[in-house]
Amino acid sequence: MNTQTASRLGLILLLAPLLVWLTALLILPHVDMLLISLRERVAPQVYERSFANYTEFFIEPLYWRTFARTAIMSISATAITLLIAFPVSYYIAKMLRGRSKSFLFLLCLVPFWVSELVRTFGWMILLRESGVVSNVLQWAGLVDGPVEMLYNDAAIMVGLVYTSMLFMVVPLVSILDSLDDSLVEAGYDLGGNGFTVMRTIIIPHAMPGIVSGCIVVFMLTLGNYLTPILLGGKSSMWFTAQIYTQFITRFNWELGAAFGFLLLALSTIIVWTGLKLSRQTLSETMG
Amino acid sequence: MIPSIPQPKSFRGLYGAYVLLFFVYLIAPLVVVGVFAFNDSMFPSLPWGGFTLDWFFNDTEPRLGLFHDGRLLDSIWTSFYIACWVTILSVSVGTSNAFLFERKTFPLKNVLYMLMLLPLVVPGVILGISILVFSSTIANWLDVNFGVDIGFLRPSKFLVILGQFSFITTITTLIIAARLRKFDTQLEEAAQSLGASKLVAIRTVTIPYLKPAIVGSAIVAFLMSFENFNTTLMLVGSDQPLTIAMYGRLREGSTPELNALSLLLMAVSGTLALLSVFVQRDKE
Repeated sequence: MNTQTASRLGLILLLAPLLVWLTALLILPHVDMLLISLRERVAPQVYERSFANYTEFFIEPLYWRTFARTAIMSISATAITLLIAFPVSYYIAKMLRGRSKSFLFLLCLVPFWVSELVRTFGWMILLRESGVVSNVLQWAGLVDGPVEMLYNDAAIMVGLVYTSMLFMVVPLVSILDSLDDSLVEAGYDLGGNGFTVMRTIIIPHAMPGIVSGCIVVFMLTLGNYLTPILLGGKSSMWFTAQIYTQFITRFNWELGAAFGFLLLALSTIIVWTGLKLSRQTLSETMG
Repeated sequence: MIPSIPQPKSFRGLYGAYVLLFFVYLIAPLVVVGVFAFNDSMFPSLPWGGFTLDWFFNDTEPRLGLFHDGRLLDSIWTSFYIACWVTILSVSVGTSNAFLFERKTFPLKNVLYMLMLLPLVVPGVILGISILVFSSTIANWLDVNFGVDIGFLRPSKFLVILGQFSFITTITTLIIAARLRKFDTQLEEAAQSLGASKLVAIRTVTIPYLKPAIVGSAIVAFLMSFENFNTTLMLVGSDQPLTIAMYGRLREGSTPELNALSLLLMAVSGTLALLSVFVQRDKE
């Protein structure tokens, strides 16, 4: 066997698992889902091509309101995560040195290793009517009776931001770490104040990290299921929950598949816009 | 705003306090989950009823402890079984993918690379339903045309393994490829000029070099599988993995037994996390 055939054989052997994986588990399932979303049941076992599922989405206010609400809440959660994470990342990357720096950075990673269920359970214990926060507030004399802090939008937001924090802190710390201190010093020497240095030197430098953090956080939030359901209760109105209802509870796969595609389209559009606005590509951001 | 630039003391104090507050926010939920595992009360909430180990070791209802709760232990076993398969599959395919993308040139390489990254941007719920839809299509087709009913193509452990494998493979590929990129191919060439065949060279030189990444990605794959919820939810059959069983109990309202379980999970995943950091750092 000469080297060229060996190398071809090697290529085929390495390509096979990749192609099987991508075709059988990603491409075909999504194509099938698209086909199912484009059909309508006219009689038992009889289907017709139609856009009925997509029209139903736009006609029924509950569906598109849930959709819009999920999108807006996800964007807000991303923005809040960025606002909270940026100063912390800056502190870790620029104000600390050596051991305390790597220790605090590792500490940021801790919640990621714990299952999302456990994290959400922690917030339920903190926020519920008989929970820790309510008791602390009563003890401090700030409120008269027990307060229920679960099952509202603020609780959902707290949980979403918490769950996303890591995916914002890691890219921010690594990008801020790569900023040369002398650039910041030069900014001050040239007469800049804290605000102008931040606006003209630090933020432009950190932009790639900000974008990749925001994209990951946004997608994770949009596709989240546990946190909105457990912290928001029945009123959470999250789009993934609607997909679950159509598929598992109502057994209306056609509508559920259409919802799945709408969610996919929404996340693609927003991620694509984000990448275009910041002039980045997906493989740079992800890889 | 770097240490070499003088800043007012009050600003520094305030900034430090903010960072401190952030870490309290980060740690608080985990601490309360752990602490309430020892609460001598039927509910994981205040008032504090005293210290007890019942939620781990008690063997009678209604205060059934974790280690005597057959249903929960079964679900831990199911999760373990699924995670082992997902780890084996995703690490094997991930290693193969890493060699493919780092070593070979072929048409449509960039397109395939983009496709390979896709599972990172598709929400887990959608990965789950698309695999559910496709496998039922196959199962129905087989049923109608050949009259055979393939049970494992309906929601089952098998589908959960496939669903988790479909996105965890992307992660293992990225971890292993990152290390393979740093490998000096001259080492492999040296082995070959010393008489080793290409495959022997890869097995004795390259694979040992990749070992930290392979072990590290295996730990990450195992944990991601064990803790996965979104994809699993859509594909789960009658054998409930741990996350699904826990979710059910959380919605019903739970006893501190769940805290005991959470504490155990935190301990196990914490150990594995430390192990993976240690494995990947030691050899570099």
